[in-house]
Amino acid sequence: MKTPKHLFYTKDHEWINIHDDGTATIGITDFAQGELGDIVFVELNEIGDLFEKEETFGTVEAVKTVSDLYAPIDGEIIKINKALEDEPELINDDPYGQGWMIKITILNPDQQSELLDSKAYQALI
Amino acid sequence: MSDRLKRTPFYSQHLEAGAKMVPFAGFEMPIQYHGIKVEHRAVRGNVGLFDVSHMGEFLVRGPKALELLQWVTVNDVSILTIGKAQYSCMCYEDGGIVDDLIIYRLASEEYMMVVNGANIDKDWDWLLSQNTMGAELENVSDDYVLLALQGPKSAELLSELTDTDIEQIPFYAFEHGKVSEVPSLISATGYTGEKGFELYFNRANYDVQKVFEAFIVKGATYGLELCGLGARDTLRLEKGYALYGNEITEKTHPLQARLGWITKFSKGLFVGSQALAKIKEKGVEKKLVGFVIDQEKAIPRKDYDLLDAQFNIIGKVTSGGMSISLEKGIGMAYLQTDALASNEPIVIQIRNKEVPIMVTSLPFL
Repeated sequence: MKTPKHLFYTKDHEWINIHDDGTATIGITDFAQGELGDIVFVELNEIGDLFEKEETFGTVEAVKTVSDLYAPIDGEIIKINKALEDEPELINDDPYGQGWMIKITILNPDQQSELLDSKAYQALI
Repeated sequence: MSDRLKRTPFYSQHLEAGAKMVPFAGFEMPIQYHGIKVEHRAVRGNVGLFDVSHMGEFLVRGPKALELLQWVTVNDVSILTIGKAQYSCMCYEDGGIVDDLIIYRLASEEYMMVVNGANIDKDWDWLLSQNTMGAELENVSDDYVLLALQGPKSAELLSELTDTDIEQIPFYAFEHGKVSEVPSLISATGYTGEKGFELYFNRANYDVQKVFEAFIVKGATYGLELCGLGARDTLRLEKGYALYGNEITEKTHPLQARLGWITKFSKGLFVGSQALAKIKEKGVEKKLVGFVIDQEKAIPRKDYDLLDAQFNIIGKVTSGGMSISLEKGIGMAYLQTDALASNEPIVIQIRNKEVPIMVTSLPFL
């Protein structure tokens, strides 16, 4: 199960890539997509929506099951991955790349210390 | 359950094929290999192979065998001839369903019951408690393994591995034969709604792994996919087949679960018959229906509520999902009979959204 070292993770199986400019990209992990199986669609909150850490920012529906998406950190959505509308399977095929879900402005950088690093997440799964 | 999970003889072959294994009915079983969609489509278009060895098998023998089966199951076993199979269920006195099952008549005084893996212990105890007439009973679940070969190309593929003239086996009938040299009960049954076979083997005496391997090798030219429990569920849902634990439970009875056709009051008294006769006379308060959702991005799931126009709860989903063949949300649900008769619009509560559904006839496909 891939867990790239430059990313941070949550116990709910989201990853977050924190950029130098105070923004971050968020998706679900390789483990999560494997557990869900074939993904049918994702519903994401809208650009401009604010959320707090551990609030839901969307849901992902797979053939067998549905799962909420939980924010790893407080943020404001500034971009959503439009490609997932037509090709939700990108999440299965490339969870850390083309399967990214939202881009946010980080509102509470202190929370970064509460995230799991690759090693800690690997130990969890 | 704290008990260690059991493994079927095909366990290492599943892992080799890339299966994702999950605990199911006390076994470690494959839920999927290459994805539910691929596996589902292989069964609809070509052929798929399922390991369903978690299913339970009981032998019922002797001069009292028929009497016990007539008493404990709802269908009329007296019309079952040697070489034929019958779908049925067992009920409690109140009509609640113990389990659904298939009965095979192996010989004049020998039958095999095939029950759901998750219910083996419960069913066995129930059978023993009802066997006051003294039929001979043997639980052979640990000795028998079961492979299901399902799909339009299943007969062609199976013919390559057996001398039995399988094309001549009618639906719900069986033959004794050999598959890849291994003795097998070859049954023209299945849970996918496609042409197919269920193959029973005795694992105690034979190398059953070689049968599995032979299917993989010979199956390549037929587009065979190994299929897990995930695809088994999406396939049966499209055909409107009941699943124990979902559509049928101890709290539901056959008359509301679309199983009236197997409930034969004419055969005489059986466990549950008096309660069921009363229910039949009164009419059922809720019954099992199928429904589809035409709106995009709305998938029904088990336990979602169905609501009327005033948002009163009038039903509950028993199984739901995305139909891979129809590419829309489908489900089965228990719906109040008067709500069904009223023809008023019905919506389903999907998280914070109410989405219209259309009650439809089953099967979906």
